Amino acid sequence: MAGLQLHGLTKRYGDFHATQNVELEVKEGEFLVLLGPSGCGKTTTLRMIAGFVDPTEGSIRIGGKDVTTLPPWKRNTGLVFQNYALFPHMTVAQNVAFGLEMRGIAKREIAPRVQDALELVQLGHLADRYPRQMSGGQQQRVALARALVFRPDVLLLDEPLSNLDAKLRHEVRIEIRALQQRLGITAVMVTHDQEEALTMADRLVVMSDGQVRQVGSQRDLYERPASRFVAGFVGRSSFLEGEIRDGRFTTPGGLTLPCDKPIRGPAVIALRPERMTVAAQPHPGSVPGEVEFVSYMGGLIDLHLRLSPTDLVVAQVSNREGSLIPELGDTVHVSWPDATAFPASDPHARGH
Amino acid sequence: MTALSRRHLGRWTLNAAAMLSFLYLSIPLIFVTWLSFYRQEIPSYPPEGYSLRWYSAAIANERFIDAFATSAKVGILATIIGLAVALPAALALNRYRFFGHAALGNLLLMPLIVPGIVLGFALYVFQVETEIATGLPIMGSFWGLVFGHVLLVIPWTVRLILASLAGFDRTLEEAAMNLGAGRMTTFRRVTMPSILPGIVAGALFGFVSSFGNLEMSLFLVAPGETTLPIAILQYLQWRIDPTIAAISVLQILIIAVALLVTDRFVKLSRVV
Repeated sequence: MAGLQLHGLTKRYGDFHATQNVELEVKEGEFLVLLGPSGCGKTTTLRMIAGFVDPTEGSIRIGGKDVTTLPPWKRNTGLVFQNYALFPHMTVAQNVAFGLEMRGIAKREIAPRVQDALELVQLGHLADRYPRQMSGGQQQRVALARALVFRPDVLLLDEPLSNLDAKLRHEVRIEIRALQQRLGITAVMVTHDQEEALTMADRLVVMSDGQVRQVGSQRDLYERPASRFVAGFVGRSSFLEGEIRDGRFTTPGGLTLPCDKPIRGPAVIALRPERMTVAAQPHPGSVPGEVEFVSYMGGLIDLHLRLSPTDLVVAQVSNREGSLIPELGDTVHVSWPDATAFPASDPHARGH
Repeated sequence: MTALSRRHLGRWTLNAAAMLSFLYLSIPLIFVTWLSFYRQEIPSYPPEGYSLRWYSAAIANERFIDAFATSAKVGILATIIGLAVALPAALALNRYRFFGHAALGNLLLMPLIVPGIVLGFALYVFQVETEIATGLPIMGSFWGLVFGHVLLVIPWTVRLILASLAGFDRTLEEAAMNLGAGRMTTFRRVTMPSILPGIVAGALFGFVSSFGNLEMSLFLVAPGETTLPIAILQYLQWRIDPTIAAISVLQILIIAVALLVTDRFVKLSRVV
């Protein structure tokens, strides 16, 4: 088990930067999740750690040792592939034994270790099956056992849950996380699914266009998004676009709010739906809005509120006894606590 | 007519068409086999009776046995050499994009399209010229024949190995490397087993087309060292007794057994 450091990691294909100056440190036993839209460079980063992509610049250290120029088979990482990549001509036990065989472990030691690894993922009884005789969830667990059995320095997970159905995904992600914590193994996972990222990670890395946009805990990203991009990507946000001038935020639709942010000119305000307070009567700091759409989801209700001809926000209210459930076309009064404002010019500019 | 009965009719027509094609293909085989059991020397209908005498005549004929051995040796060597060329070629064609990619692909399949007689004549001229230029005894040599037959094997092996590579998921190779296998081990333990059906099928078809080749071999064999198809042709020039039918049936049997045995180990239906 070991920590992992990425330093100035850059991969260029011609003029295209797949990743640019990625700087990351994963502590021993930490679960780090790389999150971002497709094409953001998260998979390239993972493949550079595994050794399948040679970085153009920068270095990779595993457990303090520089592995930048080592081929994949000398890196001691355990990679779980999106499509599992189980060897179809080998049984489950042979699949799991492969990594041990390659390390020259004695035969009599291999069998019990394979069995232990399979017990770990509750598949001890299916050791003699072939991958094609198993369900997707079972194959996924075999892939996990295969990647863990030789005690890799780092466990790498490439969108490991995207081929599972929704119900299974919930189960398996808790399983993976529990296993990772129990073994205390350093892990890096790539995903585009923020819910998955939020439930599994110790820390998250939000990436876009090959660059790291923010690193932090779930709370950091959600409460203090570094940029408008992160605010939109992690959790839901409604954005109000307008201009800050003389302590006021004004939108083209005529909405005017007091604003003391140190930003001047075109700006965007990000609002979290569940932070909004919706009442029938005006209250301090509230603005009126017309209910344009009601999405009743049982415990929670989404209200789409029209604040001005150009401004639409989503407010989420919980369905408690006595809570206000407005109808379509009603006028309600909505307010919010201090929201983050971002300069409109650049989606990656710092917010306040 | 209801949709169901229309579907029945469709299936029935399809089955009938398949049956008809199958019959058309097997009629020569049926007649050759029947003929090989005739008792009389001159094939005529109806047969005067049945016997196995032509089989013993075929086996006792030394020229047939020698020719059979030559054909088998040439076929096996040509197949081995053909595989040694085709496997790396197919891997390169499958994995890399390079200048002349399409041209190389077509070149490797060419011998399948060029008529055997043209191929044979071209090789003959080439061997004559080379012998004159180098003084090496190439003309009518055993290896000259083998290398000619390699050309017959290559298109089949390249084609079928390419087909099985197309269905091969390369993340399996990455998985093996991630687990600690170097390039050679990865190829041996993961890639090879996955494309084995294509290799075996290619080798088998290559061997069969070498074994049965007449036109090209005619230009390349030395006097006295002939292949089986040539020996049969030479025999036919003087006689038309059912020995030929018997030796043909034996040939068909050997190839059929080879196919069945191979199919037990690798499912040929997966590639062909």
